Amino acid sequence: MASEHKADEAEDGQPLAYKLALKQREIGIAEFFSRNRHLLGFDNKRKALLTVVKECVDNSLDACEEARILPDVTVETIEMSPERYRVIVEDNGPGIVKSKIPNIFAKLLYGSKFHSLKQARGQQGMGVSASVLYGQLTTGRPAKIISRISKGYPAESVELHIDTKKNKPEVVSAGTAEWDKEHGTRVEIDIEATYLRGMQSPDEYLKETAIINPHANITYTNPKAEQVIYSRVSDKLPVEPKEIKPHPYGVELGILCSMLADSPARTLQAFLTSEFCRVGASAAKEICERAALLPSTKPASISRQQAEKITEAIKNTRLIAPPTDCISPLGAGMIEKGLRKEVNAEFYCSISRSPSVYRGYPFVIEAGLAYGGALPADRTATLLRFANRVPLLYQQGACAVTESVTHTNWKAYGLQQSNRSLPVGHLVILVHIASVWVPFTSEAKEAIAHYPKIIKEVKLALQDCGRKLSMYVRKKRRIRDELKKRGFIGTYIPHIGLALKQIIGLSDSQEERVNEELKAMLEQKRGVLEDIEFRPDKNVDFEEDLALPMEGSEGEEAEARETKDRERDGEDG
Amino acid sequence: MGKGAHDKADSNAIARIREVATGIYESISKRKQPRLKIPLRALSNVKYDEKEGYFELQNKNKTRTLTASTVKTFAQTMRMMALSKELVEQSDIATKREIYYVSKNWGDARFDDQPESDNTMDDIEAMLRINREQIGFIPEEKGGDVAGKLIVIDKDSDTGKEIKIDCTQMGSGAYSIPISVEHLRFETSAKFVLAIETAGMFQRLVKHNYWKTANCILISMGGVPTRACRRFIRRLNEELKIAVYGFVDGDFYGWTNIYRTLKVGSGNAAHINRYFCVPDARLFGITAQDIIDYKLPTHPLKEVDVKRGKDALKNDPFIQRYPEWQRAIQLMLKLGKRAEQQALAQHGLNYVISNYLPDKLKNPKTWLP
Repeated sequence: MASEHKADEAEDGQPLAYKLALKQREIGIAEFFSRNRHLLGFDNKRKALLTVVKECVDNSLDACEEARILPDVTVETIEMSPERYRVIVEDNGPGIVKSKIPNIFAKLLYGSKFHSLKQARGQQGMGVSASVLYGQLTTGRPAKIISRISKGYPAESVELHIDTKKNKPEVVSAGTAEWDKEHGTRVEIDIEATYLRGMQSPDEYLKETAIINPHANITYTNPKAEQVIYSRVSDKLPVEPKEIKPHPYGVELGILCSMLADSPARTLQAFLTSEFCRVGASAAKEICERAALLPSTKPASISRQQAEKITEAIKNTRLIAPPTDCISPLGAGMIEKGLRKEVNAEFYCSISRSPSVYRGYPFVIEAGLAYGGALPADRTATLLRFANRVPLLYQQGACAVTESVTHTNWKAYGLQQSNRSLPVGHLVILVHIASVWVPFTSEAKEAIAHYPKIIKEVKLALQDCGRKLSMYVRKKRRIRDELKKRGFIGTYIPHIGLALKQIIGLSDSQEERVNEELKAMLEQKRGVLEDIEFRPDKNVDFEEDLALPMEGSEGEEAEARETKDRERDGEDG
Repeated sequence: MGKGAHDKADSNAIARIREVATGIYESISKRKQPRLKIPLRALSNVKYDEKEGYFELQNKNKTRTLTASTVKTFAQTMRMMALSKELVEQSDIATKREIYYVSKNWGDARFDDQPESDNTMDDIEAMLRINREQIGFIPEEKGGDVAGKLIVIDKDSDTGKEIKIDCTQMGSGAYSIPISVEHLRFETSAKFVLAIETAGMFQRLVKHNYWKTANCILISMGGVPTRACRRFIRRLNEELKIAVYGFVDGDFYGWTNIYRTLKVGSGNAAHINRYFCVPDARLFGITAQDIIDYKLPTHPLKEVDVKRGKDALKNDPFIQRYPEWQRAIQLMLKLGKRAEQQALAQHGLNYVISNYLPDKLKNPKTWLP
């Protein structure tokens, strides 16, 4: 080391590290994301529009449901100039207290949801402030928030910027506004974006959202000034998900350390029983014993090494799985109804599996299939993914759900499938994962991480649906054969009458009677046949407005164009 | 059966057809599902009648009830019965193949291939318990070839004049057995009939005028003997009291299919066996013992051969009756070998004439029943 010391010295005799240290400083989280906007779902202009709409609407729905209010959400996207759009999202939620508005909308990683384990659309406290940040970076215009918390209170109006270095809100202007809503929040953000219809557009996203959230009223005006109203179908709010404490199996060392430091508990045993679910006194003692720590140890005094022992101890202790009433799944009936609205098929089935647990987080997988009818038979199946009632429109290939679908043997259910890919045939597959913590692969929340437990559950759900499907396919074949046989009756009976006429000389009327008697006799024996014939008007739930775009070409072309845009953007940058 | 017998058979056939059809009409009138009762045509439904010496049909029936699944075959059976009635009434005949083509006029009820129509015909034949010639259906196949000490008396179909056919005057050719043999009469001084499996062996014996030296009638069956061939031999045996000896390949097909059918009839057409069997026939060879005694060149038994042999032991009522046959089959299974008639050529092309057949004639102990 001594010999190398000289090389590290600068000319003035000071170690080089001092000079380097001048450049070493904190990276603001907002600054980081302004560079890595793709991590938040802003990789291209088309997707940016969707992401901003999605983040605002997700927040609105979460807020309404938390306050047990039936959501009325209005979404407006206005083309201000080419590639510049204004997104306005308005809800009838509980509103936000004035002092909290700046942090909620203009501070990344600020929110109520991250620290509570409860099923919700948002998780990180990142989405809407990232949208504000994106708007600020691309248009320079501040985000405008109006919120009223109750009748007697004024509607607060705040214009916000984000200080990207410090990740702190900058209030550009604040005041009150005229607003006709008794309570709720209105967000207005200007962004650089492009608008195209198709599978990955805000239109599609809102439509899917409406289908999967039948208790919400959604009014959408697209940039072409066309308005669509998705009316509320059900007056029942989904069951309110309960908040749970973390389950010890899901806790990692770092989180455990900070929990230990922050806990008001006086003893380790009390810490374990009060901060976690499914840990009783005896389980807590067992963990302490395995970690070679006294149950009376002060949580704050526990060292990193000791904490590591605790995590080991937790792994080796048998604990009951976390409670599952914290999840509010859609239910099999809802899944099927959603499919019926969107797809005019001849067969539907669905399943809502019982809860399972990955890494200490409970989750529920629900799946549904729509088969046949008006669906094109020669295309690969359409996959609709949802997580906590939010449609996932991007990154299908990277998603654990997709892996589960492609690794399921669809040939066993009478569909075509080439090795490890989506099945081919007139089929729409819907998968919904509901969890207190959905493991996304990135903050943009587009794809679900590949936890084996999740993949296994999805596969089990799909296999269940697949079996129902193959039963239907078999039944269909049986009925077709039966119809053919019934056809035989009409075809061959006259030959028997004719032969009898030739052999024993029946009269024409006798021959006629023989034919009628035989026909009646045979058809009576066959019984009543179930009507499985597909007719476009048979599915009464189907709504043209909600139909899944089946052409798909616009979206694909658009994506190709977007990719080119991105490349050009890259060169510009 | 003379002409009178024929007329009687005709009206009998028509009566049977009407009877079946009337039964069907009556059950329809009573709103009951009509059904056809057809005797099961299989070896499992025959008994070897020792006294009469042939396979007799037992009482197992298959019932074809009219349902949506059977309506097509039911309709076809009915239509074929109607066709048969018409044929008998007009004293016309039709071959199996012609029937198949006639059905092409039946629209949807037509047969898709000939085995289908043949099968329906066999069903009707069994159901009415009369042979198909009586209901106007005649087989396609020719009867077999004859050479030797036999004069066949036939009629000119135009003039009705008698024609005498001398089977010694056929040169290197042969007299061909017609499809129907009931009207033929015979004159002969022959001592026995040699029923030969292969045309090749028949040709050799004709070429060297074996019939002259042995004073016999040679008949080539060409595989499993046709009904006409069986009936022809039966009449020679029954009416002229001539012995009948079978000469077939030394394998299970030659024994249990060709020879057994000649002697006692088949399981498939058991309802007509009484007229189409030769209970007095005996088998010269090739026997299993011949393979050893004559040191014949052999072929190994194939899996199907072994199966056929074991099957005969287990299911053939004829084989079950004769311990000699069981021993022969067991010996062949043990040897694991079979030998063709032509294998005798190992000892010289005409060894069969100079040694084998004379030996056989002298030693009835080497025959099989």
